[in-house]
Amino acid sequence: MIVPMLQEAWHAMGANRLRSFLTMLGMMIGVAAVIMMMAVGQGAQFMVDQSIASMGSNLFIVLSGSTTSGGVRLGGGATPTLTTADAEAIAELPTIAAVAPVSPGSAQLVYGANNWATSVMGTTPSFLDVRDWPVTAGNAFSESDVRAGTRVVLLGATVVKNLFVDEDPVGKTMRIRQSPFQVIGVLASKGQSLDGRDQDDTVLIPVTTAQRKVFGSRFPGTVRFIMAQATSVQAMAQAEREMAQLLRQRHHLPDRADDDFDIRNLTALANAQAETTRVMSLMLGAIASISLLVGGIGIMNIMLVSVTERTREIGIRVAIGARERDILVQFLLEAIIISVIGCLVGVILGVGAAVAANLVAKLAVVITGGSIMLAFCVAAAVGIFFGFYPANKAARLKPIDALRYQ
Amino acid sequence: MSGTTVIRTEHLSKQYETEAGPVPVLKDVNLEIGAGEFVAVMGPSGSGKSTFMNILGCLDLPTGGKYVLDGRDVATLDKNQLARLRNEVIGFVFQGYNLLPRASLSDNVALPMVYAGVGRGRRDALARDLLDRVGLANFARYAPNQISGGQQQRVAIARALINSPRLILADEPTGNLDSGTSHEIMKLFVALNRQDGITIVLVTHEADIAAHARRLVKFVDGRVTHDGGVASGMSAEATP
Repeated sequence: MIVPMLQEAWHAMGANRLRSFLTMLGMMIGVAAVIMMMAVGQGAQFMVDQSIASMGSNLFIVLSGSTTSGGVRLGGGATPTLTTADAEAIAELPTIAAVAPVSPGSAQLVYGANNWATSVMGTTPSFLDVRDWPVTAGNAFSESDVRAGTRVVLLGATVVKNLFVDEDPVGKTMRIRQSPFQVIGVLASKGQSLDGRDQDDTVLIPVTTAQRKVFGSRFPGTVRFIMAQATSVQAMAQAEREMAQLLRQRHHLPDRADDDFDIRNLTALANAQAETTRVMSLMLGAIASISLLVGGIGIMNIMLVSVTERTREIGIRVAIGARERDILVQFLLEAIIISVIGCLVGVILGVGAAVAANLVAKLAVVITGGSIMLAFCVAAAVGIFFGFYPANKAARLKPIDALRYQ
Repeated sequence: MSGTTVIRTEHLSKQYETEAGPVPVLKDVNLEIGAGEFVAVMGPSGSGKSTFMNILGCLDLPTGGKYVLDGRDVATLDKNQLARLRNEVIGFVFQGYNLLPRASLSDNVALPMVYAGVGRGRRDALARDLLDRVGLANFARYAPNQISGGQQQRVAIARALINSPRLILADEPTGNLDSGTSHEIMKLFVALNRQDGITIVLVTHEADIAAHARRLVKFVDGRVTHDGGVASGMSAEATP
């Protein structure tokens, strides 16, 4: 029964090819738009998620705060109030998993005939834990390097590319601000940060080496900022309170004085951005679904025209023994065929457009089987939903009225 | 012929509801048509003969009285059972042929079998046999608009026959045809009646078409005014 009906529906569509095609086009555009938008939205989300992952999780950054001297308030970081000792004290807190003091600066790097200006960060080995940053070649420096202030350096991927080109940097000696340093390892590539900075354009050296031998400092033992990682997301609020309390104590601040440091929750910021992207992605999908709806209405419209045009045919079929169900199925099948073919072509178009956007516009896209399935199922459901009313109208025509229709 | 009754109506009436009130179209029609009869139905336009045919064909329902088709009271049947009666017991032949324009002649003939749930192979074989019987064996793959009106009506008759109906209802089957072709078509009906014993009820305007039947029923104003022999009916018309 279903096979002749499928053939029937196919013939009926073939009888008016342009119209069937235009009806399908509405569906195709709808499905393609949904798939394309979901791909772009999920691509954006993927990029943000990756950036967040590359930053490290449950992260705080503690900056030197402003101080007031003689009524003049200086900006954040004006006075170096944080020390490596503060960092060690914070590390003792139970809610804190890892702490890394950072003493950053920039310097000219020289190796052989190449030179490159980059950011040099003096820090401790736990920086790699905090930032979740593996070493791909060689080894990280150790606590004893930090204690001794040895001239060893870990290179970011961008620095390796610019200074060493094709050479293996591990074990080589290079210069940072004229001082010779031995390369002991290479960091894994992290790509761009959320604000678009190249995170790999950096080198790490022991914090003590940075303070004493590269940048020097008017306040020995101070660091520009401290990165701290909480044990879990849930512990972050408590960790923030405990750190503030601890630092106020250590800095001997009276109750009425402002903090001379500034604790920032990087994860919260990142999560806010991720949430924004997620909402944007949802919005894109929702807007695209409207075109699916419009496509569905197009199907309904055409099917209603088709039913009216074929009223006499329906009358003939009823007269020779078609049941209401037969007529219903016949017209429903037509609507389903239109939407399913429209869907299939739409999926191909959507995936093609997403791939093209990726290749041409360098847009990050993520196409999942789930999003294709979703678009397909929604479109098929739309076809059935909007096909049902006209099909039902056809099935309920009175036989004599249908036969008399001219 | 055989004693069984195919059609029986008892006080059958039909009225249409209009804004000006009910308009009666059929009034107290009592008829009994036995198996193997060949009945011509005549009457002026608006006499109710088309409505009567629609009711006989289960395309319309009476508003009063009783209609028993093939032993079943139509009023007691649901829509699906009525569809089945139309499919298996009745074969329709219309004035306008009513073939599906997109389907081949063979598919047109086989269509009732699609709704009876018969498989493709048997459908096609039987459609071929019937096209052969109406003299169109070589036209199976043609479309309806590629053949003449008389040929289309032959296809329609083949379609009416495919489920071996007991009854053929023909509503002015020769109305669109020239007289030569009309008589060819009538010969086919006569053969179906005589050889196959199929009961035929045929509406017509033309006396010479009605003359092929054995019994004449005349409608005037929704009532049966004559029921009997063809010859006596014709003379009654001549001298009203």
